Amino acid sequence: MTAVLIAQIALIFVVFTALLMSAAVMVYAERKLAAGFQQRYGPYLVGPKGLMQPFADVLKLLFKEELRPKGADSRLFYLAPIIAATAAFSAFAVVPFGGETTLFGLLPEPIKLQVADVNVAILVVFAIASMSVYGIVLAGWSSNSKYSLLGALRSASQMISYELSYGLALASVLVVAGSLSITEIVEAQGGSWLGILPRWFVVVQPVGFIVYMIAAIAETNRAPFDFPEAEQELVAGYHTEYSSMSFAMFFLAEYINMVTVSAVATDLFLGGWQGPWLPASLGWIWFLLKMSALLFFYIWARWTLPRYRYDQLMQFGWKILLPIAVLNLIATAAGVIYFAR
Amino acid sequence: MIPSLTHYLVLSAVLFAIGTMGVFLRRNLITILLSIEIMLNAANLAFVAFGRAWGRVDGQVIVFFVITVAAAEAAVGLALVIALFRHRESLNPDAYTSLRG
Amino acid sequence: MPGDAILFYVFGAVMVVASLLVIGQRSTIYSVLLLIASFAALAGLYVLLDAPFLAVIQIIIYAGAIMVLFLFVVMLLNAPHEQAPADVERHWQGHGPRRLGAVLGLALLVELVWSVWRTSALQEAQVGAASARQLRALGSVREIGHVLFTDYGFAFEVTSVLILVAMVGAVVLAKREI
Repeated sequence: MTAVLIAQIALIFVVFTALLMSAAVMVYAERKLAAGFQQRYGPYLVGPKGLMQPFADVLKLLFKEELRPKGADSRLFYLAPIIAATAAFSAFAVVPFGGETTLFGLLPEPIKLQVADVNVAILVVFAIASMSVYGIVLAGWSSNSKYSLLGALRSASQMISYELSYGLALASVLVVAGSLSITEIVEAQGGSWLGILPRWFVVVQPVGFIVYMIAAIAETNRAPFDFPEAEQELVAGYHTEYSSMSFAMFFLAEYINMVTVSAVATDLFLGGWQGPWLPASLGWIWFLLKMSALLFFYIWARWTLPRYRYDQLMQFGWKILLPIAVLNLIATAAGVIYFAR
Repeated sequence: MIPSLTHYLVLSAVLFAIGTMGVFLRRNLITILLSIEIMLNAANLAFVAFGRAWGRVDGQVIVFFVITVAAAEAAVGLALVIALFRHRESLNPDAYTSLRG
Repeated sequence: MPGDAILFYVFGAVMVVASLLVIGQRSTIYSVLLLIASFAALAGLYVLLDAPFLAVIQIIIYAGAIMVLFLFVVMLLNAPHEQAPADVERHWQGHGPRRLGAVLGLALLVELVWSVWRTSALQEAQVGAASARQLRALGSVREIGHVLFTDYGFAFEVTSVLILVAMVGAVVLAKREI
């Protein structure tokens, strides 16, 4: 067991724990920011400034009774949150969050801060995102309740519709970067123009970035595209009948999907872990900052924008976003060929 | 035993036979379509195995096309199943024998 | 590598068992889910065969889109369970013809496996002497893309028309009133 192998195995645990903690941080951040946007206090009783609130929430969920509706298919009922949570965690396995590091000189050779370096990494993220549809569909079906089934079918069709624009936005980045490996895409964004403007793909591909973020918000079922989970319309959609830890799994899966999508956006469009003043081995700090900015934007969008109705949502996805994504891809490809000459 | 080309082809043959049995034996339109998908995937596996054995990439490219055609066929097949179901409320292919002489 | 052999047998076993259960058991939803498991195992086999791009494409398209379509249709139709052979009126759905069908299917299985096994010497003779690194480079996206757009360019364009036709056809067929 060489030191490098031990470090890589430890990295898996670090990433897993970090994702769990990030969900807790997101819960707290969401409630505090929502309070800020609505000019009220938010949680402030549990712990200093309400910092222990997420742990109180987890404890409450743990002690709740695990219910299952009578007609529910028990195998599928319990399989659905497992699929949702597993897909959410697995997608982060191929996302790099830092440059190569020797852990401050402890290791003989540097390791990449990425659990698995696959050279088709972007497609793997996309594939696992398309697997998370099943968690939702099975949850809705196995609950044996009309609210759940309707919510699940709407949610699933929304997700697969916006997957197209998501994939096309990814494809435009691929065309510019020339590689499917996320590490290489981040490295292609190194350097800067005129010494000031960094060569991030958000500058080269602004339309692609906007399409990606909108599609990502729709993919993760967040407002303003959260009609299938809307309290006013559908009780709670596909997770109506779930309680205690199964509900916690769906909740967790949603937040971790947000984190993963923001992490991929940071790597693809915002230059990943590159930034001034810090060496590459501490690049993960920049990565965290950029990712936090995107997550702030996510929360901001939720508490500011009104919800789209389901048919408006589908129309927007197919008739507006998809043509824009296709045109962006064609224009990018033309641009790459023209400027490469 | 290191899996060689023969192992992959035997696996492909077994899957193809399972798919064929599914088409023969099941009396449910959707299960028949699923068995057809099993057969297509068995063929895909054979293509990729041969392509690798002969050191050419054509096997994978053909599989790309097979997957695409299978998608188109599944879409149209399922649309037909929906249209048929609206008429007779049954997924049993033996309910649709009115053209039988 | 011995690891490859173990993985081959594991994935192969998953595929065969899942496929048998797909055709063998009653509930349609379970059949669809088992087929998804079978496709995931197939993607693993593609990775073992140095085709990582194809493995991911298999998951995205087959397991991630086509099977979702199947699942939707099953849920929308609220497909009832298939009738057991005991309570059908027609003669040729009963036990006898089913058993004959199963026997014929087994005959097909034995025949296919035997013919493949018998020609194994012929297959070994065909195998080229490409090195492991060359084989791994085969499945790279660059190589596939190059062949796809030059040798198979016409087929590519025709396939895009085919998908368009399938889309229009599916919408028209499934509509309530045209």
